[in-house]
Amino acid sequence: MNLFSRHKNTVVLATVLLAQFLALAVQVRRQTAEGPVRLIRLIAVTTLAPFERFFIYSGESVRGVWANYIDLRHVRSENLRMKAEFERMRLDRAREQEDARQARRIQALLGFKEQWIDATVAAQVIGTSGSETSRVLYLDKGTKDGIRADMPVITPDGVVGKVLTVYGETSQVLLINDPTSGVGATLVTSRLQGIVKGTATGELQLNYIMGDEPVQPGEALVTSGGDRVFPRGLPVGKVVTVSMGRNLFLNIGVKPAADLDRLEEVLVITQQKQRSPDVTGLGPIRASDILAQHLPGVPPTVPPTTPGAVPQQLPRTTPTVQSSPPAGGPAQGSAQNSSTTKPPATSPAGSNQPKPQSAKPTTSAATTTVQKPPVPKPATPKPTAPAAGEAKPKPATADRTNP
Amino acid sequence: MRALNLSYTSREQVEVYRFSWIVSVGLPLLMVGLQAFIPVRVHFFSIFDFGLLLTIFFAVSRRSQLSGILTGAAIGMLQDGLTHTPFGVFGIAKTLVGYGASSIGIRIDVENPGSRFLLTFFFYAIHKAVFVAIERELMGQSVNINLGHEAGVAVANSLMAVFLFAVLNRFKIRD
Repeated sequence: MNLFSRHKNTVVLATVLLAQFLALAVQVRRQTAEGPVRLIRLIAVTTLAPFERFFIYSGESVRGVWANYIDLRHVRSENLRMKAEFERMRLDRAREQEDARQARRIQALLGFKEQWIDATVAAQVIGTSGSETSRVLYLDKGTKDGIRADMPVITPDGVVGKVLTVYGETSQVLLINDPTSGVGATLVTSRLQGIVKGTATGELQLNYIMGDEPVQPGEALVTSGGDRVFPRGLPVGKVVTVSMGRNLFLNIGVKPAADLDRLEEVLVITQQKQRSPDVTGLGPIRASDILAQHLPGVPPTVPPTTPGAVPQQLPRTTPTVQSSPPAGGPAQGSAQNSSTTKPPATSPAGSNQPKPQSAKPTTSAATTTVQKPPVPKPATPKPTAPAAGEAKPKPATADRTNP
Repeated sequence: MRALNLSYTSREQVEVYRFSWIVSVGLPLLMVGLQAFIPVRVHFFSIFDFGLLLTIFFAVSRRSQLSGILTGAAIGMLQDGLTHTPFGVFGIAKTLVGYGASSIGIRIDVENPGSRFLLTFFFYAIHKAVFVAIERELMGQSVNINLGHEAGVAVANSLMAVFLFAVLNRFKIRD
């Protein structure tokens, strides 16, 4: 008791620090090769592991002496057998690589899914973390307004961050320039993909671009959609500096498209929809079908007067393009703008309506309404299944070959 | 009181102060709240750590290690609540600062603007070092430090401390 009263302050300090340390250890999850693990478990394991390792290694070294130096019978024959096995596996691998390449091509052509912004909620920035080390914002909208965790937050200029925590009437947004943040991004010109992360000083860096890649300052970056948070094609920023890093990767400094230091209103994307190009019924397309559309002798077709009528001159497999309204919103766009390219998610702040950029006609052979007469065009025909997908308007930077 | 005999301060300089509970509770809430709100409009303001300044001020004024520990822990946890980091990161850093500031407050003159400037600069560095150590070692995050930037921020906080402490002196009640 006397000892306690003599060192009361030190004991209290140690107790308070220990309590906070334990609280921290319970909350923090450290990334390991096997996934996130609670820090307290990691500490326990790290403390006990050396003793366990000592016992295991002791037993293993005894066994190893026997197995590696004494019991070496049949090793030569086993070596020969494994070499033969290795040669066979090399052939298998070459064949599987070709299969994988083919699978990727087919996936790119048929399995490609597009994300469209269907609804946004405008929100006012009401606060920050008050710390330079934690780049978060507080919005005046929460669960009552339909905000959920992991929803993307944008401005008309570009991406801002994602919703981290949602409360009743407020929500916390993690900015893209926080060191713990990460956005899948694509360089617009070179189509290289990397991850944009924040630094301790609040700058943005594009990571994981190999050192021999040709990246130039000024090149724009858009979201790749690979992070499954942000839709594809949203502006992220521009490359400002490129230098060789310490490892094999480039150090690429990025200037954010949105002014992250002066955010007052933002848009939270509350609804995204994934749509696959509809290729059902297209079937195999023959060269003669393609030529039939573009031979000079084929007369222009009169547009059908009744919906549902399909002109006789059209080949059976020709896809028709129809503008369909986004779910829950009015019809946007038309067949005329079906070939235009519009960046997504650039609606003015304050609008709660479905975004007009989502002029997203769907290609469907089942749709019988023909909006455009099949007038012969000089353009290169793209009547195959993948080309039907490309006939749709797409986000400005959608990379259709690398989904 | 044994420590007072070892100090280089006059009797007036080691005067112990206390604060009303409204100031003790309301001032940290107000300052941390302002720190969270003002950077929305004035981004430059995010460099100031009012939580740290208040921790130092209360610790050196009360000159009680116990009080310094608890004040630092409370303000740090309050700041942790506003960030997205786990509770305890700012808490541990400010607990240590509260303990250190109250220990030093017993021994040196903390009423002088020059000593307040140096004290704040020193504890800003300590706070940052502890914070980075926690982020790196406990949370496993790579934290890069820009020394020039941090030195500038430390000077700005120290200057702010000189002015802020002069204003906060009005809330002191002589024990």
